[in-house]
Amino acid sequence: MSQNAIIQFVEDQVAVKEFPEFKAGDTITVTYKIIEGNKERLQRFQGVVLQRVGDGPKATFTIRKISNNVGVERIFPISSPFIDEIEVNKKGAVRRARIFYLRGLRGKKARIKEARR
Amino acid sequence: MSGLLGKKIGMTSIYDANGKNIPVTVIEAGPCVVTQIRTKEKDGYEAVQLSFDEKKEKHTTSGLKGHFAKAGTTPKRYISEFTRFEHRKEFGEVITVEVFIEGEYVDVSGISKGKGFQGVVKRHGFAGVGDATHGQHNRLRAPGSLGASSYPSRVMKGVRMAGRMGNHKVKLINLQIVKIVPEKNLILVKGAVPGAINGYLKIERWN
Repeated sequence: MSQNAIIQFVEDQVAVKEFPEFKAGDTITVTYKIIEGNKERLQRFQGVVLQRVGDGPKATFTIRKISNNVGVERIFPISSPFIDEIEVNKKGAVRRARIFYLRGLRGKKARIKEARR
Repeated sequence: MSGLLGKKIGMTSIYDANGKNIPVTVIEAGPCVVTQIRTKEKDGYEAVQLSFDEKKEKHTTSGLKGHFAKAGTTPKRYISEFTRFEHRKEFGEVITVEVFIEGEYVDVSGISKGKGFQGVVKRHGFAGVGDATHGQHNRLRAPGSLGASSYPSRVMKGVRMAGRMGNHKVKLINLQIVKIVPEKNLILVKGAVPGAINGYLKIERWN
């Protein structure tokens, strides 16, 4: 068995949940589990997807939101068992796959046009 | 102790029971054949010789061909000895990943990647000399002083200098076995292991 086939086999063991399709520029809400002591609760994080990285179970995505006037970014592994649900709120019309230019923009400039379907 | 010989396949990451993402190295370990048993009476020390990975008959010297035929096996590429082997192993016995248990700790040794001739900054972690600017000319990554002047009037033995880096044996101790896949002879070890992909590794467990 070739090296890639073995790595593939190991990665196939990692369960990847089915999520709706989304890309950079979309606004999504990620519901994820938080474990505090023995208690488990759900928390939501809504923001704009800045980028999607990698493929297969190792893939991650970055979301950015403005919270209390401070930019907050969070990176989620797509196969993280803590992710409960991903909801796509808005499809954004952007021209690139990684929209880091958004970090330098504030207020009205930081808006993203909705994609026409 | 017990151990196996293996081959580095590459790295990926998996999740543990708590949902924590763990970086793992995939190692194809075994099956290994006991091709010789060293005894105190005959060789002056006790050890078990294991062999791993198939090799073509035509690439095997006749001496080694005989050596493998005696153990009743095909020619193997990687041979290594283990001292103080746990169970008394029989000559010609096949050992698989079942000698390990998930969660236990192993030592993994291999040949590190060769880096060629490197300067002291990369090879020994020196900080280099002074600033990049302010009249500094060409000593940015230089080693600096090699020692005192009139006494001892020579460079001490062992002073760290530029030279060949890598391509030597490196052993990492206490790496946790995260997962074992017996049907494919794989073990997944937490973290990185020495050497390039396809490099041979010696995996030992002491406890």
